[in-house]
Amino acid sequence: MIPQLAFRDLTLGYDRHPAIHHLDGTVERGALLAVVGPNGAGKSTLFKGIVGLLRPLSGRVDLCGLDRREVAYLPQVADIDRSFPVSVYDLVAMGLWRSIGLFAGLGAQERHRIHHALEAVGLTGFERRPIGNLSGGQLQRVLFARLLLQDARVIVLDEPFNAIDAKTAADLFALVRRWHGEGRTILAALHDLEMVRTSFPEVLLLAREKVAWGPAEDVLTPANLQKARRMCEAFDEDASECRVAAE
Amino acid sequence: MYDLLIGPFQEFEFMRRALAGTVALAFGAGPVGVILMLRRMSLVGDTMAHAILPGAALGFLVAGLDLVAMTLGGLAAGLTVALLAGAVARATDLKEDASLAAFFLMSLALGVTIVSMRGSNVDLLNFLFGSVLALDDPTLILMASIATVSLVVLAVIWRPLVLDCVDPGFLRSVSRVGTPAYIVFLTLLVLNLVGGFHALGTLLSVGIVIVPATVGRFWARDITGMIAVAVGTGAVSGYVGLLVSFHTGAPSGPAIILVAAVVYIVSVLFGPVGGVLPRLLPRRHLEA
Repeated sequence: MIPQLAFRDLTLGYDRHPAIHHLDGTVERGALLAVVGPNGAGKSTLFKGIVGLLRPLSGRVDLCGLDRREVAYLPQVADIDRSFPVSVYDLVAMGLWRSIGLFAGLGAQERHRIHHALEAVGLTGFERRPIGNLSGGQLQRVLFARLLLQDARVIVLDEPFNAIDAKTAADLFALVRRWHGEGRTILAALHDLEMVRTSFPEVLLLAREKVAWGPAEDVLTPANLQKARRMCEAFDEDASECRVAAE
Repeated sequence: MYDLLIGPFQEFEFMRRALAGTVALAFGAGPVGVILMLRRMSLVGDTMAHAILPGAALGFLVAGLDLVAMTLGGLAAGLTVALLAGAVARATDLKEDASLAAFFLMSLALGVTIVSMRGSNVDLLNFLFGSVLALDDPTLILMASIATVSLVVLAVIWRPLVLDCVDPGFLRSVSRVGTPAYIVFLTLLVLNLVGGFHALGTLLSVGIVIVPATVGRFWARDITGMIAVAVGTGAVSGYVGLLVSFHTGAPSGPAIILVAAVVYIVSVLFGPVGGVLPRLLPRRHLEA
């Protein structure tokens, strides 16, 4: 068991209020980890911390020697300007950034990979479409094609199947399985507990802090879920300073 | 016909210079304007154009009508305002557009005051509206150099610049060049405005950047096409505007921008991509 990601007494938050409080734990290399919890549990916050968009208030995220750019991240709401005149092909091609960088052109091999990525997400024939003409599900397929090309060791998916029909979700989940089979480390925030139970070997239940972490059947118990719901209250504006950090 | 369209340029050197200058401007300003428009920063361009005024005016105060002093002053002032406005927006609760508006009014007032301290009303008019009919060799070379540098540098930073508009979050996750590319782009914007300043003045130089770009949006669906249309519009506006000004005696800078404005209005009405009339045409919907 080789660790790929380690949270060490990690506290993440906004304006000094913690949204993830003193989280400890390790994600093994090749893990397929579902992160579940009610809205406001800190799932997105945790992911932002992992990819470096949010600086920890205390503690740290240890990438175990991995370059941060080896972590691919699909945000919950991609801040994509869909009115921008760019084609599906060009947007997907940018997944190759690490190999083509600033200037390199797309050679035959790259075009081949883009073609296959579009095929894998079922968007063959959409190459020239401007991204503004896509439906929500199609855009999510485009973003998965780009993730495919990024070829990252760690893939972080923030609620990737929300507002997407069952067919699209199933197609895209097949890709997640494929990545898992290739030994990549995958973290996904999900609300569909049924999907988590059947398809994810490992689950982290969050509610501002770790409620439970382990195999799905041990984590997703009625008692744990009840506990998670109760722990997710609003920030206390008058909260005093956390003592744990000082010790 | 010949006398109307070609004669003035064959006969008068100042007309040829003016034409060369505006065409050079169009090449640099076209792509810069398109990016500016797609980033929803058109008004930022306006602000920067005004921000150049006090700097150029200071150069004028120190050295008179000296190309180098006025150019350097304009560059310094433009970049300072760009960075300051960004800093104020980030450090306080003021939104960037409001902070830009504050800076632009400040710059305009300061600039006009400084020019008036030394110059006459004619100088002031030249500052505000330019003197495209009086471009000397060094100025022309400067304008052509700016266009060349703009095109080369844009080619270099193109990929991150575009990706930063489409999906800034993704760019941040794969590379750290987003911010440097953006700062280089702002520098190019100021450079082009300073180039335009010599021909069209501080009030109108941004016109050759923005108006052709907005025209491009109505005729093309992809960026390359938009840029081509923008450059073409800029060059043609320069040519037609100079002729209009020559034959009617209208001031040349405003004439150029007015011609561009007419092209813009025609595009709004008839442009195939989202123009008013193509939308109104009663056409049956497609089968699939």
